[in-house]
Amino acid sequence: MSRTLAPGGAGLRTRRLPAWTPVGVGAAAVLLAYLVTAVPGAGGPVRTGVVASLLFVLGLGVLSRVVEGGRVARNRIATTLVYAAFGLALAPLLSITVTLLSKGTERLNGYFLSVSMHNVGAFDDAGGAYHAIMGTLEQAGIATLITVPLGVLGAVYLVEYGRGPLATLIRFFVDVMTGVPSIVAGLFVLAFWVLIISPMLNNGRPEYSGFAAALALAVLMLPTVVRSTEEMLRLVPGPLREGAYALGIPKWRTIMRIVLPTAAPGIVTGIMLSVARACGETAPVLLVAFGTDSINLDPFSGGQMSLSLYVYQQAGVASKYAPGRAWAGALTLVVLVLTLTVAAKLLARRSKLAR
Amino acid sequence: MSQRSLTTTPADAPTTGGGGGLPRGRRFGVERVFRGLATVAGSTILVIIVAIAIFLIVKALPALRANSENFFTFPSWFADSSPPRFGIAAIAFGTVITSALAMLLAVPVAVGIALCLTHYTHRRIATTLGFFIDLLAAVPSVVFGLWGRDYLAGPVADLSAWLHANLGWIPLFGGAGPYGRSILLGSIVLAIMVLPIVTALTREVFLQTPEENEEAALALGATRWEMIRTAVLPYGRPGIIASVMLGLGRALGETIALALTLGAVYNVSFDLLGTGGNTIAANIALRFGEANPIGRSALIASGLVLFAITLVVNMTARLIIYRRREFVGSAA
Repeated sequence: MSRTLAPGGAGLRTRRLPAWTPVGVGAAAVLLAYLVTAVPGAGGPVRTGVVASLLFVLGLGVLSRVVEGGRVARNRIATTLVYAAFGLALAPLLSITVTLLSKGTERLNGYFLSVSMHNVGAFDDAGGAYHAIMGTLEQAGIATLITVPLGVLGAVYLVEYGRGPLATLIRFFVDVMTGVPSIVAGLFVLAFWVLIISPMLNNGRPEYSGFAAALALAVLMLPTVVRSTEEMLRLVPGPLREGAYALGIPKWRTIMRIVLPTAAPGIVTGIMLSVARACGETAPVLLVAFGTDSINLDPFSGGQMSLSLYVYQQAGVASKYAPGRAWAGALTLVVLVLTLTVAAKLLARRSKLAR
Repeated sequence: MSQRSLTTTPADAPTTGGGGGLPRGRRFGVERVFRGLATVAGSTILVIIVAIAIFLIVKALPALRANSENFFTFPSWFADSSPPRFGIAAIAFGTVITSALAMLLAVPVAVGIALCLTHYTHRRIATTLGFFIDLLAAVPSVVFGLWGRDYLAGPVADLSAWLHANLGWIPLFGGAGPYGRSILLGSIVLAIMVLPIVTALTREVFLQTPEENEEAALALGATRWEMIRTAVLPYGRPGIIASVMLGLGRALGETIALALTLGAVYNVSFDLLGTGGNTIAANIALRFGEANPIGRSALIASGLVLFAITLVVNMTARLIIYRRREFVGSAA
């Protein structure tokens, strides 16, 4: 696009502001905002930023309107707002990252990772999250063991076998079920497992357990695993299956030996993402595993902690050491979740099936 | 759609043919078993949905029977006292107002980001920037809650004081403080949490806009914004609505972040700034620890209401998406 000015504005081209205008207006807005808000009592960097942004939009809009006309001015304002929206979203991400790193590293060390809260009073400068880490790993592990066969087979049904109203119904409710709140999944397992099944196994007394938490996490993971696996299976080229059929290989073997291995990296990506989500869930674990201060490695009996629940519990303790423990737990949790997420994304990039 | 052509399985195929037909017996028995297993696995989803409804109803009934107040209109929660008195009026109201405010804050920003990623930046840069938004989605809700309570509360309290001083005549900003855990704080945290979800969904919608429409608009001399307003947004409207509803479904059910940032007060009030706010989900998390059997049952009853609401919201959103998909499919 040429930026030459049409003589007298009478040509086909309208007059355009030079390319450096937004930068210039921005600098002027910041300067002006600083002067206005630097008056004692009116300051604060946030307020300077807000005033500068408003001045920038206003200044650029008016300038563009005068020189370039209303349509171009509106376009410039829209562009500014769209980029501003992006900056607005990055601000909390930045703030959370900085807070996590600064507060979380205060207590995060080998000691924190290797001891539990057993016999640690709320006001002791001690304690760690070993029991919580083990709980999270066990619960997420069991949930994965339950979900993966069910979810992958379910997706196989939807892609390879499912026809007619049953498949349509299942597909619809898989989508709907991805929106079931985690607390409802927790209440469901509370009503079904903790209050009805577990008394039968435990002399009539209901019992919280890590396994119940794993069940609740499985309920949350199942629809996402089915959905992502289904999408990956659909990407497997049809001729690959037809080739196998032509060689006389039965359908189930074709699925097990050809379709699933081809889609495997994508399926694993989906599973890892759903595991990462499950690790971060607090509400269902709170309802059915209840938490404990000591190390309980037996997922089938007695309350069990999880990292997210540990963070929530420490957040509720009124002690000067509790926030440090909560943030250290939060940092551990985020590192765990992000490792899974990033590994899953990297794996997805290596998948041969184009999206 | 090439796998559509594979509907006939070898087992279904006619066995009369040259070579004496396909071998029957063990291998095809396995085929039947495998097919059965897959069908059962697929149906598990339906079983779980139905089971959630049944078990929640069964366990909610004792408390609903024992309740001496109207479950839908009583605003307070004394489910553990005898006789138990509880109702969801206040927490249902809190759920709706917190989620609505969060969507109001999040949707414009999310649509802006989605437009930025699809129509304003280079594709490679957009992938990197989109990754950061996805990172925001990966942060567990308890971390959002902790951050909101310990760090965001300060700036939000300043904002509350400013709003009250300058716009205090609006009832929404009538709260005179002290400013701490308020509906405003909870809604802002919630907005940040649903932002990546709505962004991801609307981004998909905007990517589907036919390029011909966009190019036609530009060829007619439209500026980029006019192109978006006349080609992208109208085409994506059903998709945006569906995305907003899916985000709303998420917001309605969010628990821990709101348990940490709302004031857990049982009253129906439009005051956004003062200590207050409570939601069905947060109430369950906060009350569960000290609940007796009837109290637990009462919490399950409120969870049943939440389940019903989110089910309706999600089903509506999905139906919109499905109708649109059929429409797009027939147009292609």
